[in-house]
Amino acid sequence: MDRTTIDLWVGVFVALGMAALLGLAMKVGNLTSANIGPTYSVSAAFENVGSLKPHAPVKSAGVVVGRVDSINFDGSKFEAVVKINIDQRYAFPKDTFANIYTAGLLGEQYIGLEAGGDEDNLKNGDKITQTQDAIVLEKMISQFLFSKASETKSDSKEPEVKPVAGAKASGGKAATKAVELGDPGF
Amino acid sequence: MTKSTLLIAVTRMLRGLGSRMIDRIWRLGAGARLFFLTIFYSGESFRRFHLILREIYFTGVMSLLIIIVSAFFVGMVLALQGYNTLQKYGSSEAIGVLVALSLVRELGPVVTALLFAGRAGTAITAEIGLMKTTEQLSAMEIMAVSPIARVVAPRFWAGVISMPILAALFSMVGILGGYLVAVPLIGVDDGAFWSQMQANVDFRVDIVDGLIKSLVFGVACTMIALFEGFDAPPTAEGVSRATTRTVVISSLTVLGLDFILTSFMLVV
Amino acid sequence: MYITINAQAMNPNIVEIDNLSFGYKGRLLHKGINMMFPRGKVVAIMGGSGSGKTTLLRLIGGQIRPSHGEVRVDGDVVHKQDRDGIFKLRRKMGMLFQHGALFTDLSVFDNVAFPMRELTDLPESMIRDLVLMKLNAVGLRGASKYMPVELSGGMARRVALARAVALDPNIIMYDEPFAGLDPISMGVICDLIRSLNDALGATSIIVSHDVKETFLIADYVYFVANGEVAAEGTPHDLMQSTLPFVHQFVHGEKDGPVPFHYPAANYQSELMNSKTND
Repeated sequence: MDRTTIDLWVGVFVALGMAALLGLAMKVGNLTSANIGPTYSVSAAFENVGSLKPHAPVKSAGVVVGRVDSINFDGSKFEAVVKINIDQRYAFPKDTFANIYTAGLLGEQYIGLEAGGDEDNLKNGDKITQTQDAIVLEKMISQFLFSKASETKSDSKEPEVKPVAGAKASGGKAATKAVELGDPGF
Repeated sequence: MTKSTLLIAVTRMLRGLGSRMIDRIWRLGAGARLFFLTIFYSGESFRRFHLILREIYFTGVMSLLIIIVSAFFVGMVLALQGYNTLQKYGSSEAIGVLVALSLVRELGPVVTALLFAGRAGTAITAEIGLMKTTEQLSAMEIMAVSPIARVVAPRFWAGVISMPILAALFSMVGILGGYLVAVPLIGVDDGAFWSQMQANVDFRVDIVDGLIKSLVFGVACTMIALFEGFDAPPTAEGVSRATTRTVVISSLTVLGLDFILTSFMLVV
Repeated sequence: MYITINAQAMNPNIVEIDNLSFGYKGRLLHKGINMMFPRGKVVAIMGGSGSGKTTLLRLIGGQIRPSHGEVRVDGDVVHKQDRDGIFKLRRKMGMLFQHGALFTDLSVFDNVAFPMRELTDLPESMIRDLVLMKLNAVGLRGASKYMPVELSGGMARRVALARAVALDPNIIMYDEPFAGLDPISMGVICDLIRSLNDALGATSIIVSHDVKETFLIADYVYFVANGEVAAEGTPHDLMQSTLPFVHQFVHGEKDGPVPFHYPAANYQSELMNSKTND
C-alpha cells in the first residue's frame, strides 16, 4: 500500500466525517435557525420566571426574534431580571409587553413580545416595563379554588376582581385577563 | 463437608479474589503508565505524520464498511420500533426526533465505540502482540528507536482522530436509514420529520456532547487495545487471549464511561 | 558522563562483563559472571537452553539492568547511562535477532534503510546507495522490493544481517543465528559473520548452541551453565577439553553432567506399583 493511495483514502475518510458533521449540524440540529447575527440587549423584570432558562427563545407573533441571555435575581427589589438579546433586524417600541408563555401543554417556557404603540423604539440597554410573569400552576389552582369557595359562600355578592398573581401591567389587557379568570361567570 | 475443608475452600476463593484484584489494579497502573508515555512521545510521532496517516487508514477507513452498514440497520430499526409505539399515542410525527436524539446522544458514540473495539481494537492488539512475539519491538529498541514513539503513539492518535469521525458518520447514516423507513416506507410526512427534528435537536447540547463522548471513547478503546497488545505474553495463546480481553474490557469501559458522561451532561 | 578516550585506546576489550548477577523474582539467572570481548574478535557464548545467553545480549544492549555488577561498553557502564548515553551506545551496536525480526510492514529495502533513516540525516540518494551496498554484501541486492512475508527463512536472516550492519557498528550481536536454517543458508551466514566482522573491523558476539558452525568462526568461546562461566577458551582448546560438561556439549553426548533422565522415582518400584494398583 503506497503512500499516495493511503493519503487519498484518509482524505476521503476525513472529508466524509466533515460532511456528516455538517449534515448533522445543518439538517438535524437547530444551528440554521439559531441566531447568528448581531443583537442588542434589553432587560425585563419579572416577579416569577417559572422555568425559563437561558438560551430560551424570545418570540414575537410566533417567530423567534431573539434569545434569553441571562437570568439574575435583584436582591433589593426581590424580582428576577432577565436579559434578552434581540436580533438587530427587529425594532420594538418602548411600551412592548414581555410575557412568559409555555410552548404546548407541558413544553419549555419562552418569552413572547407583544408590540405596543409607542413611537420610540427600544435601544441597547433599555428596560421593558410591561411584563407578565409565568403562570405557576399551583397558584392558579389555589386561585380557582379560593374564588370558587368564596362564590358559593355569598351568592349575591359581586364577584371580586382579583388580579392574577403578579400581573404588573397598567394597561388594559392584563386587567381584563384577571377579570376573566376571577369571574367564573355562571 | 467438614469445617476445615469449608474453611480451606473459602480461604482459597478469597485469596484468588484478592490476587485477581491486585492484578487488575497493577494492570490499570501499567496502562496509565503507557498512556503517559504515549503522550510524552506524541511529539515525535507527529513529526512522522505519515505514520499517523497510515494508521488512520487501517483503523478508520477500514472500519467504514461495518460502521455504515450497522448504522443503516440501526436507524431503520429505530424508526420501525419507534413508529410502532408512537402511533399508539398519535405522535408518529415525532419519529424524526426519536431517531435523531437516540442516535446523536447515545447510539452513535456507543455503538461506534463497540464496533471499533471489535474491529480496529482487536487488529491493533493482534498486530502489536505479534510484533512483540517476533521481537520486532526489541529490534527497534536496540536500534535506539522508541517503539512507543513509532508504533504505539501513531496508532493512539489515529484512533482518537478516527472515532469522532466514525461516530458522526454513524449518526448521519442512521438518521438517513430512519428517514428511509419513516417517510417513503411508512408514510410519515417528510416536512414534519425534519422540522420536528430540527426544533428539538440542539447542536450545542446534543451533537457536541455526542462528539465529546466519542472522543473520550476513542481515547479509552485505543489505549486499551494498545496496552493489551503491548503487554501480551509473546506466545500465540497469549496474543489470542489479549485480543479477547481487548474487546471485553473496551466494551465494559465504554458502557461505564457512557453512564458517567451522560450523568454529567444531562445535569449540566 | 565522559567518554574517556584514553581508556578506549588502552583497553583492548570493547565490552566487559564484570561480576554480573541478574535474576527474576528471587531466582538468579546469572551469578557473578566475568567475560571480556576483545576488539576485532569473534566471541561465542554457548550453553544449554535457558542458561541465560540471550539475556546477556540484552544486558549488553541496555534493555535490562543487572541486579549486581556491571556491563561496560567502551569503558562506559551501560546501566548508568542517561537517554542520550544509551542512544550513543546503541548507535555503535547492531543486533541480529533469532528468526530475523524484520519489520513486517516494510519492504526489504525499507527494513535495511530503517536505521539509516531513523538515526542519521543522510539524504535519500545516499541511503539508497548504502542500502544496495549492504544488500549486495549479503547477496540479496535483487530482492530489495520483496516484503518479509515473501522471503524464505535463510533470506530473511540475511536481510536482518544487512540491517544489523547498516550503520557499520563496532559491536555486532547475534542471537542464535544458525537456528532453523538449511545447511546451505547456515554456511552462508557462517561465512558472512566472519567476513563482515573482519571487513568492518568490528567485534562480534555470537550466542548459539550450534557447535560445528560456531567453532569454525569463533576466536574465543565462553560456556555458560548454572548461571556461571563453566569453561572458556579457544575452540581448539575446548575440543580437547576433558571437563565433563564441555566434553558432553561439544561432542553431543547423550548422557553426562546434563542427565538424560529427568529426576523420577525408581523405575522398578513405579512399574510394580502400577501393576498392583490395577
